[in-house]
Amino acid sequence: MKKSMICIVCPIGCHLEVESSSDEFVVTGNQCKRGPVYAQKELTSPTRPITSTVKIENAIYNRLPIKTSGEVPKAKIMDVMKEINKLSFKAPIKCGDVLLKNVLNTGVDIIASRSL
Amino acid sequence: MNNYDIVVVGGGSAGLAAAIEANKNGIEKVLLIERDIELGGILLQCIHNGFGLKVFKEELTGPEYAERFVNELKDMGIEFKLNTLVTKINPDKTVEYANAEEGFIQIQAKAIILTMGCYERSAGAINIPGNRPSGILTAGTAQKYLNIDGYLVGKRVFILGSGDIGLIMARRMTLEGAKVLGVAELQPYSGGLTRNIVQCLEDYDIPLYLSHTVSKIVGDSKLEKIVVSKVDGFTPIPGTEMEFEVDALLLSIGLIPENGLSEAAGILIDNRTKGAIVNESYETSVEGIFACGNVLHVHDLVDFVTAESRRAGVAAAKYIKNELIKGKSFETKPLKGINYIVPNKVNIDNLDDKLELFMRVDAVYKDVVINVYGDGTLIKTMKKKHLAPAEMESVKLKVSEISNIKDCIEIEVLV
Ligand SMILES: Cc1cc2nc3c(=O)[nH]c(=O)nc-3n(C[C@H](O)[C@H](O)[C@H](O)COP(=O)(O)OP(=O)(O)OC[C@H]3O[C@@H](n4cnc5c(N)ncnc54)[C@H](O)[C@@H]3O)c2cc1C
Repeated sequence: MKKSMICIVCPIGCHLEVESSSDEFVVTGNQCKRGPVYAQKELTSPTRPITSTVKIENAIYNRLPIKTSGEVPKAKIMDVMKEINKLSFKAPIKCGDVLLKNVLNTGVDIIASRSL
Repeated sequence: MNNYDIVVVGGGSAGLAAAIEANKNGIEKVLLIERDIELGGILLQCIHNGFGLKVFKEELTGPEYAERFVNELKDMGIEFKLNTLVTKINPDKTVEYANAEEGFIQIQAKAIILTMGCYERSAGAINIPGNRPSGILTAGTAQKYLNIDGYLVGKRVFILGSGDIGLIMARRMTLEGAKVLGVAELQPYSGGLTRNIVQCLEDYDIPLYLSHTVSKIVGDSKLEKIVVSKVDGFTPIPGTEMEFEVDALLLSIGLIPENGLSEAAGILIDNRTKGAIVNESYETSVEGIFACGNVLHVHDLVDFVTAESRRAGVAAAKYIKNELIKGKSFETKPLKGINYIVPNKVNIDNLDDKLELFMRVDAVYKDVVINVYGDGTLIKTMKKKHLAPAEMESVKLKVSEISNIKDCIEIEVLV
């Protein structure tokens, strides 16, 4: 099977050509070694990082930006968002603080992406 | 009057990198001035990831990227002022600013680095028939409301323009429960990075209407409905109308370098980039005034802003130390297929070992060649699988390749 896809691991967006058969998976067009890994995963079990904000009190702003420590299955994004939207914190928070461990058993944590 | 070696105007990623680099290159008296309540600039509202792959070799969010530079600047003890608006800069390198504590102040710099960033084109800049009810705002404004203040500007949203900020906001508002009905782009290709088309639109089944525009706005005080039409060039084609009931229309129709201060100082502006005309040292037409980041030309990747601003910081430091060599320079000229080239002029004596030219193409190209000419002679060709206006291109030339050039380097896309 032959497939063209755009690598979205980073903003460069390499145009990948994937040739797969039962025992081989050949990727061309990538500029780094993450391209082939992405292509294989995207075609089998796609995942995405999530970034959002949560409520924070006693800070210069009302919202604290957060990110997932890794990627979550694409199909679970909306469910993870529901969990994120339940969170609320009081300043001070440090960039990198773990705010919620192992969200919905994905093995991924919710962490603060700035100090406030 | 207070004296500084270098005054940096604007505390976004460009200003931070330029100030840090100037200080690292031996300049002690550096002052960074920012009008906002904190340093970091536009990155602070860009909470998504994708920043820093080139600079830090890891993928950071906008606020994380900013925080690293802000911490470094503070650790180095570089002086900065917040809540302070620069109101005027002058060719004699005096800088006027105003803030609540000090009032109106004038200071003297030996060199100035301009890093004021850019602003978004707004509804006034485009012709859409109909009223201007509430609910029409730029994508960046909606981003600030949502990510900094926690306020979602609409529940049923349409986006005009496929610039990155609009695409990012399509995903962001979807995640927060809004229904994004579509994105219309006047051009036959997207104005944003392909990665954002995939991750922000395709992932959420948000349609992208290429060669379409909003042809009518309906609503008295509040936005009620928009009409979207296919276009022939710029003209809506009758009979292709689609109606969308919306309560918000986001505009992602382009960024323009913020050069009010520069123009008032008599700095010459390139009418293609809308930024200053600069030489290889990022020095503008006014000696000792430098420019970098989005105020110079609009960047899509902050990593390039940082790299450019570091070069400008080094050059400004050299200027202070009297190490910038004046003399003959040659020009860089865009030919067919190239929209602009930065820098505009090059004095080869100020280059270390290579010259890097940055440019944007004027359309999407596949399997083409970029040709570089020195005084009319072909000096380099590069094969390109894919070129798009949304993705900045660069050409690296070794000093040895360009040492004989007298008049100009010209670059073209050969189809
Ligand atoms: C709304 C918006 C969203 C963006 N989103 C993304 C994105 O998602 N991803 C991405 O890679 N790039 C994005 N960009 C591009 C981004 O701006 C650049 O990548 C980079 O961060 C720009 O850095 P800068 O320092 O040149 O400008 P900015 O970060 O805009 O910094 C300019 C600073 O100068 C200050 N300033 C301006 N005038 C004055 C004055 N007279 N006195 C004092 N201070 C002043 C401003 O307050 C601001 O802090 C976005 C740009 C905009 C406008």
